[in-house]
Amino acid sequence: MLIIRLFLIFAKIGAFSIGGGYAMLPFIQREIIDNNHYLNLKEFSDILAISQMTPGPIAINSATFVGYKIAGVLGSVAATLGIVLPSFIMIIIIASFFVKFYDKKEVKAAFSGIRPAVLGLLAAAAYSVTITNVIDLKSIFIFILSFGILFIKKMDPIIVLIISAVLGIILY
Amino acid sequence: MLFNLFYVFAKIGAFTLGGGYAMVPLIQSEVVDKRKWIDKEEFVDILAVAQSTPGALAINMATFIGYRKKGILGSIFATLGCVCPSFFSILIIAMFFTRFMNYKIVERAFCGIRPAVAALIAFSVFKIAKSSSIKSFYYIFTAAAFILVAFVKLDPILIIIISAVLGILILKIRGEKDADN
Repeated sequence: MLIIRLFLIFAKIGAFSIGGGYAMLPFIQREIIDNNHYLNLKEFSDILAISQMTPGPIAINSATFVGYKIAGVLGSVAATLGIVLPSFIMIIIIASFFVKFYDKKEVKAAFSGIRPAVLGLLAAAAYSVTITNVIDLKSIFIFILSFGILFIKKMDPIIVLIISAVLGIILY
Repeated sequence: MLFNLFYVFAKIGAFTLGGGYAMVPLIQSEVVDKRKWIDKEEFVDILAVAQSTPGALAINMATFIGYRKKGILGSIFATLGCVCPSFFSILIIAMFFTRFMNYKIVERAFCGIRPAVAALIAFSVFKIAKSSSIKSFYYIFTAAAFILVAFVKLDPILIIIISAVLGILILKIRGEKDADN
């Protein structure tokens, strides 16, 4: 019944993570790491790095990977279907009416609350990943360097990950 | 047409690294410029809906565009197209990953990658803050969400629901004039 559980967990994550990509992080962390202990934060960081480096949406990639790690191929199918299904159904409903639902002022007002909150959720995820992964002088150095080149050079995240992998091989 | 929908979105899914916003220009060039399936204005509308519904942005857009072109079946084909390439590439990587991780050199590379992942996420907070035109007052929501999730360990789902309700309450209290922002 692990497969059904995985499907339900990822459907829940898919139903609430507005903004996609990293915005999904706090939800995955809550369900997969804190509540169910399927993975630890370090393993999940590795999965995120790989999801960033492989083609496709990060949310889908990490769902597929997490699903596989927990329950093999069937697990990855269940997790991927779970993460896709809620938005799929929602989009079809919206598209079939094609009411400009986001032009309604209540919807706009709700999003003026949700948008800043999502930012806070993301900050919380950044905080917990940072305290888990930035643990010694070398990792502080890599963290500051990565942040610096993202900030100043606006470099592609994939290049940043490649540079840091090389640094890891040299430093550790 | 169904096959075309699958093919176009599979192509987009297979060639965009990084996901999310990296895929938007590709979708636009394929669907609006090259194939003229939808016009520019409609594309912007679809983008807005995809951003404000939960789930991955690219998948949401694929579902929507697929539905506009060919109904439910169209949306299924477009979504599957968008999902398939990453699903299979991840599956293959995941299958070999555990064995691969046992090499010393890979382990050391990941020691370097982990702090960089933290930096990527931290940076995305900055980037979103800069681009999302959140009015200064609403940063209270940001601070509260951060504290409640990072330290009080509240469920993020609860935060989304509460902030949506508060957003609507603020509209009702302040009256209609702020509704556009």
